[in-house]
Amino acid sequence: MTLGFGILEIVVSLAAMLSAAAGLTWVERRLLGFWQDRAGPNRVGPFGTLQAVADGVKLLFKQDWIPPFADRGVFILAPAAGMATVLLGFAVIPVTAGWSVAGHLNVGILFFLAMTSLGVYSVVLGGWASNNKFALLGGMRAAAQMVSYEVFMGLSLLGTVMLAHSFSLVDIVMAQGRMWFIVPQFLGFVTFLLAGIAETHRLPFDLPEGENELGAGFHTEYSGMKFGMFFIAEYAGIVLIASMITTLFLGGWLGPVLPPVVWFLLKTGLTICFFILLRAALPRPRYDQLMMFGWKVLLPVCLLNVAVTGAAILLFSPTG
Amino acid sequence: MLSNVRTLWLTFLHLFHRSETVGYPETKPYMAPRYRARIILSRDPDGAERCVSCNLCAAVCPVDCISLQKTEDQGRWYPEYFRINFSRCIFCGLCEEACPTYAIQLTPDYEMSEYERPNLVYEKEDLLISGTGKYPDYNFYRVAGMAVPGKDKGEAEREDPPVDIHGLLP
Ligand code: SF4
Ligand code: SF4
Repeated sequence: MTLGFGILEIVVSLAAMLSAAAGLTWVERRLLGFWQDRAGPNRVGPFGTLQAVADGVKLLFKQDWIPPFADRGVFILAPAAGMATVLLGFAVIPVTAGWSVAGHLNVGILFFLAMTSLGVYSVVLGGWASNNKFALLGGMRAAAQMVSYEVFMGLSLLGTVMLAHSFSLVDIVMAQGRMWFIVPQFLGFVTFLLAGIAETHRLPFDLPEGENELGAGFHTEYSGMKFGMFFIAEYAGIVLIASMITTLFLGGWLGPVLPPVVWFLLKTGLTICFFILLRAALPRPRYDQLMMFGWKVLLPVCLLNVAVTGAAILLFSPTG
Repeated sequence: MLSNVRTLWLTFLHLFHRSETVGYPETKPYMAPRYRARIILSRDPDGAERCVSCNLCAAVCPVDCISLQKTEDQGRWYPEYFRINFSRCIFCGLCEEACPTYAIQLTPDYEMSEYERPNLVYEKEDLLISGTGKYPDYNFYRVAGMAVPGKDKGEAEREDPPVDIHGLLP
């Protein structure tokens, strides 16, 4: 009975995730359109909502081409790895107190960090297996970007963990009953947001893709549904980071009046919209600027945040 | 950093701006009369073809998409065929500028997509219109010093009768 329910939960979550990621492509294009004073896709279905379906059908029927010079096995594996890691990351997200695949996992945050870190393999391997200079450059950029951002991504969450005394995401949400962690952990929030953008290769940190310099970066050689998987993995990554931000800093499902699910979806949705706004507004920094910003600004800020949070906990804790 | 936040805010405000684009097939944008699109061959006010097959348009065309052949009928020159390959035309308007008789003109009609490429090759019948286009009064043969039926040398507008170069009178 419980096993059956668990599997059902997993299936429902997966389906919801994938359709959300696909629908997000439409939301993003529509919002970008509004922010650029144009309409965006509004033809297929009511308000263009079926655009994602049309795109999916188009991708399915595109020729799925593997270049003869590519490393076949790795070439096929790379997008699947990207997709799998992102979807696994969702396992630990608690939508509500009772609804999550593994929200009570006592190392939830570590699991999430591990999955997002594994995600870089898909990009690097994809770039490597394509055997194409542009793709390789994109993959290398992704690797360097990950090294710079992975480091303080973990550190930025440390303050939250210290405040909540737990690695489990459900416990962290519960600890935000009185005050969302965005207030005491504002620095942590900002740094995690930046690291999250870099993690999902979103503009302005989409250097691995870099359309204007690298063709399409790591997925230059990909076509058809393999490209579609990279594409959906990117959008699922946005949803993942946004729901993580919601869980860790915006109080998860907590909120008055409305049912918990609605609060969670609302907060996540607004965070996603903010991601899209970033894309609409900000230009891409140069490569060395990005690394420098990571190592020289954000890493010290994170360390400072951890030190200050620790000191504050020591000072104000009732036992100390 | 602050400028980034300002950019974010200003971009966000565009959510409340009116969209600059129009939904094309339903609302058509205004096209200025001098817009450069589908090319036509016009006729002079008397209804005769203006083109005199001088080949200047074909020579000036940067993509060589005009092809024509001269023929003659009682002193007047006509194109035997006149062909424009619109799949190559870049609508630069140089042909219109080069034409000495205002025959070839670009119009604001841009809706000329085709499913098959050969359909984009327009023959003279497709190009020739029955009107005068942008220049209602101009008639090349009425101002040119060529003898055509109904108008001998020296009878054009602002033209003196020909001088008898063998005569001795001043
Ligand atoms: S518009 Fe330009 S390209 Fe087109 S036919 Fe005239 S000269 Fe050639
Ligand atoms: S269209 Fe004009 S330029 Fe071209 S051949 Fe005719 S008269 Fe000459």
